[in-house]
Amino acid sequence: MFRKVLITVWNSDISPRFDLTSEVVIVALDDQMSVIQERTVVLPHASAEELCHLILTEEAGLVICGGIEEEYHQYLTWKKVEVLDSVMGPWVRALEQFRAGELAAGSICYDGGSRQADA
Amino acid sequence: MDSCPDPEVAGLFKSPVVLSALLEPLPLGIVLVDPERRVLLMNQALEALTGFTRDEVRGVPCYAVLRGNVCMHQCPVLEAEAGGQPIRREGDLINRGREKISVRLTSVPVRDPQGALVGFLETFEDIRLLQHLNEKYHQPYSFGRLIGRSPKMEDLFRILPVVARTDSSVLITGETGTGKDVVAEALHQASGRAKEPFIKVNCGALPETLMESELFGHTKGAFTGAVGDKPGRLRLAHNGTLYLTEIGDLPLSLQVKLLTFLDDKIVYPLGSTRGFQAEVRVVAATHRHLERMVREGRFREDLLFRLNVVRLHLPPLRERSEDLPLLMDHFLAAFSLRFQKKVRDFSQEVRRILQTYPYPGNVRELRNIVEYAANICQEEVIKPEHLPVYIFENASLSEGAAPQKEEAFLPPLSEVGSGTRGMNWPEIERRLIVEALVRSKGRKSRAAEILGWGRSTLWRKMKQYGLNS
Repeated sequence: MFRKVLITVWNSDISPRFDLTSEVVIVALDDQMSVIQERTVVLPHASAEELCHLILTEEAGLVICGGIEEEYHQYLTWKKVEVLDSVMGPWVRALEQFRAGELAAGSICYDGGSRQADA
Repeated sequence: MDSCPDPEVAGLFKSPVVLSALLEPLPLGIVLVDPERRVLLMNQALEALTGFTRDEVRGVPCYAVLRGNVCMHQCPVLEAEAGGQPIRREGDLINRGREKISVRLTSVPVRDPQGALVGFLETFEDIRLLQHLNEKYHQPYSFGRLIGRSPKMEDLFRILPVVARTDSSVLITGETGTGKDVVAEALHQASGRAKEPFIKVNCGALPETLMESELFGHTKGAFTGAVGDKPGRLRLAHNGTLYLTEIGDLPLSLQVKLLTFLDDKIVYPLGSTRGFQAEVRVVAATHRHLERMVREGRFREDLLFRLNVVRLHLPPLRERSEDLPLLMDHFLAAFSLRFQKKVRDFSQEVRRILQTYPYPGNVRELRNIVEYAANICQEEVIKPEHLPVYIFENASLSEGAAPQKEEAFLPPLSEVGSGTRGMNWPEIERRLIVEALVRSKGRKSRAAEILGWGRSTLWRKMKQYGLNS
């Protein structure tokens, strides 16, 4: 049994905006939270609707992203996709924290120590 | 990233002051960032806008906190650094509450006395209200081919889309040339019946017997010359819209038949006992005063009530003079394009003339005037000599006088005329004819229209009362 996590990426950070994301990293994790597959998908153009479509077709169970509009958040939640939004920092570090069970919505993963903003 | 003591501004006032105390009361969102774009200080207004507190995000790159669209594509901080000048942009940000907010942001490079870059000051102004007002101002002042910006037209544009979505009967009133046909067609196009037929019937165009066959259809042999079955307009409009223009001219006998149809929605063609259930939305229009016609027994009250479910009155052009420049420019652009002319504007003199002209023919007359001028004009600007001559004749006639109102909307002649007590009918009728002739400035066709008669009836009556000129 594995779980797919989709992370919106901008440069090496979590993309500040869900709707302006043109690159995502899709990671498959096993039960022990080990990475069994990781791939990068570059979108032809940034679009919140198309990104939602990709998330559903990839059957991702979790999305890690930055700012997302309420309607897309609600849509994904309704489609039973967990969304950790307002996450800031390098995506690699965010993934590490998630695997360690320390990531939550609003987490700040920049240098200087991880913090948890009130989500 | 930990909370730090508030920095102070020294050397400006008598004693040092806390910087945040200066920034806090300002209604503008302000953030100070270091040269690596990491947040140093935010004021309360920006905390409210973004939903993050300064202590949470101190040391975090500003793009991750502000989440503006410009941050990702045209970072104003980088541009300000490159150009050395303040950069102003309009865009949007998504705050922590997952709300997209329109903002105007300004990024200013901050330098030390030696000119070295020490950071940036960014301000954020919430422009949602401004944008809302702007959208209201720039909303398309149109519905279908009907355009206008006057309060009366704005009211119409507000209700027309709502009316279009219903199946209720609509009665459109207004003087000639105000756009009744345009509204009827636009209502159909904006309705759920847009893909179904839009059938227009002019109730004043055909004699009574032909009109009945036209509206309801006939079967073969129903009358002499009925060589085949003919579906009426009502049947042709099945699932669509039937537009009855000049409904005030519909003969009384047909008014009864139309009323029956409106009640049970079944069409019985002439000569047939088999009905056809027609699902039709009826839109009627008239330039006549139907309530007055009801009082005079020329229009059935029950038919008026059935048609008058939604009443739309189109104001005459003289009551929406603020729309004149808009309409003039609209028609000029349309005709220049159609005739492939280079005409692009009106001279000031022409604008003045057209602004003061009374337009008895309303928007249709204005369109005709502009069409004529666009045709005649060989230059880029329309001058007075390009306008139709009759404008100047009418202008001299109407100078100083209020524009002539459509007679159909004036009080009845019998109310205008006073002192008829004790007079017999021929005397009253003679007086009515004279009043109508005075009002129509001697034009017999107009006088006949005012009286609701045909021209031949007026001619016969004038001869009878010895009124021939």
